Amino acid sequence: MPGFNMRPDKNPMPTQDPLVRNQNFEEVTLGYSAEAAIDEAKRCLNCKNRPCVEGCPVGVNIPDFIALAAEGKFEEAYGVIARTSSLPAVCGRVCPQETQCEGKCTRGIKGEPVGIGRLERFVADYHNANGKQTANKTKSNGHKVAVVGSGPAGLTCAGDLARLGYEVTVFEALHTAGGVLVYGIPEFRLPKSIVEKEVQGLKNAGVKFETNAVVGRVFTVEELKTEYGFEAVFIGTGAGLPRFMGIPGESAKGVFSANECLTRTNLMKAYEKDSETPIYPAKKVAVVGGGNVAMDAARSAKRLGAETVYIVYRRSEKELPARLEEIEHAKEEEIVFKFLTNPVEILADENDCVCALKCVEMELGEPDASGRRRPVEKKGSEFEIDVDCVILALGTSPNPLMKRTTAGLETKPHGEIVADETGKTSLEGVYAGGDAVTGAATVILAMGAGKAAAKAIDEYIQSK
Amino acid sequence: MYKILKRESLNPTVTRLDIEAPFIAKKALAGQFVIVRATEHSERIPLTVAGCDKNSGAVTIIFQVVGGATMGLNEKKEGEYIADFVGPLGTPTEIQGLKKVAVVGGGVGCAIALPVARALKAQGTDVTSIVGFRSRDLVILEKEFKEASNRFIMMTDDGSYGEKGNVCIPLNRLLESGERFDEVITIGPLIMMKFVAKTTEPYGVKTVASMNPIMIDGTGMCGCCRVTVGGEMKFACVDGPDFDAHLIDFDEAMQRAKTYAPFEAEAREKHCNLYKKEGN
Repeated sequence: MPGFNMRPDKNPMPTQDPLVRNQNFEEVTLGYSAEAAIDEAKRCLNCKNRPCVEGCPVGVNIPDFIALAAEGKFEEAYGVIARTSSLPAVCGRVCPQETQCEGKCTRGIKGEPVGIGRLERFVADYHNANGKQTANKTKSNGHKVAVVGSGPAGLTCAGDLARLGYEVTVFEALHTAGGVLVYGIPEFRLPKSIVEKEVQGLKNAGVKFETNAVVGRVFTVEELKTEYGFEAVFIGTGAGLPRFMGIPGESAKGVFSANECLTRTNLMKAYEKDSETPIYPAKKVAVVGGGNVAMDAARSAKRLGAETVYIVYRRSEKELPARLEEIEHAKEEEIVFKFLTNPVEILADENDCVCALKCVEMELGEPDASGRRRPVEKKGSEFEIDVDCVILALGTSPNPLMKRTTAGLETKPHGEIVADETGKTSLEGVYAGGDAVTGAATVILAMGAGKAAAKAIDEYIQSK
Repeated sequence: MYKILKRESLNPTVTRLDIEAPFIAKKALAGQFVIVRATEHSERIPLTVAGCDKNSGAVTIIFQVVGGATMGLNEKKEGEYIADFVGPLGTPTEIQGLKKVAVVGGGVGCAIALPVARALKAQGTDVTSIVGFRSRDLVILEKEFKEASNRFIMMTDDGSYGEKGNVCIPLNRLLESGERFDEVITIGPLIMMKFVAKTTEPYGVKTVASMNPIMIDGTGMCGCCRVTVGGEMKFACVDGPDFDAHLIDFDEAMQRAKTYAPFEAEAREKHCNLYKKEGN
């Protein structure tokens, strides 16, 4: 066993220069070298009580994979992660580690936690570059399961079930599999080639993918069960319609949901020369919201040629829900943060094109139901920000399609599908998880839900 | 990949394609649409289903060549394949219980109005069809429309065929003479639908317009297709595409339809230059 490395800070993550990268769509972070990975892995104390594992929604055996990485056994380390996670290269890049595994790391009490996310990414990238892509196909147990939606919840559920021998078909409405990993998260944060590799891995394991298939329209959930012979259905349809603010001017030209901008950019590759999908040529952009999607939209707008990009957020910096690294990267890329600022109207010119965003200043009052201090409007503080484009990143409400086309599927008043912690819904043999159940959340929580549902589906089918 | 079973040029700028998509053919109803992508670099565009054949598995789309995406689609030949074809999307047109209906179509919108007229006729509704085109050489689907109608009125802007003038003229004449329709269903350019709504409003006749805004995913995810209806934000892809025409903010919809106009012009230019080069 190599000696521990007691340096208090993480090995830094090499990145592209901020002012270079804010002009391109290549990945921002470049990943550890093997030396840096081994050095970082040696910072892990291999604690007996394993608090990091508790912090991981899919329960990756973190100390085990890190111990192998510390010995340079990267392929074996990958094997440990792959036992519980279907998407290691994705999680290493997009998980909010600071509130999960790394947030619980003992090393974090004095100094920085172990760079678990960075190590996970290194190990997964190492495997993708050097490992053998063997077709680990489990022998079929003869049972068919349908998965609706190919985002993180669906992919995880499909992967776990395929490992158990189920014949899994994933139905995806868009033309490419991956869900939010493909249409939402930008190339510079999660290269699409990585998502493709993860999907290919599932195909090698025997999972079938049907793209361009909108369940609820072309096949209903009921038909999947009765006509097509699927014994169980997992619904992981993700987030749905974007929320707007309900302020005047939201229909002006130059007002977009973050989902629209990101879909045009990521899925349709509007930034590439040969893509025929148009993107609005904005020069001064205000992105409203403070989550990861807001950061992604702002940083994409900058890369698409905007000179000035603002993040407009009604609370203070402390309350920003985005992942810490995204906030830091956004600042480095010269995104301008306007905290305690709330839009009240979008102003348009005579051609109905956005020309300014009228806002009010806010101050923080008493804590609200979420425990965060409630922002309160400062009287008479109205001011205008000079912009030609406003992007709203305010979250989403669940897609209404499943509810409208699936008789007996119970939903909450806002449309989220009602499911217990195993994903069980009000319909027999129908399970659900991810944003379709929780409302907009994170990739890893969706993966956790997909995992739990896979286990419950297995138990359900085996007990029949 | 989806095979083009049949291609037909209906007029110089309007093309019909029959696409092999048996699962969609089995399900699609009048008023629903599909999202189409000609190649893997093309834009995703919504096109209303113009008909389908459950036996052969063919779904018909009829489109006008207006920008890069439709130009790309128009270049495809019979027997070739298109990259993506998704549907049926949107809510079908509500026709149940209607006894007497006027279907008002304009230009290529007539291709979309036809399946609605057919579905109405099939359930025994008395159908008056009023169709309008700019001139005689742009007329499409006349025979089919006549078959699907109890009464058929042809209008051209320049008077080169049928009556001279726009579709609102005969509609107003019928309403004025005391004709009572349960509903008027209108499909065509936004400006035409706006004036059809204005024509029927004083008579209190329920009027439904089929909206075709810019879309990307078409499944309720991007929010691009929002339309203001009765002061509320609605999404054409999941709440529509049919809405109460008396409540639609048509002026706003017309502005929003122009969001990418400069880009479209550039795309047209690019395609045309391509042809020029090929021609040389």
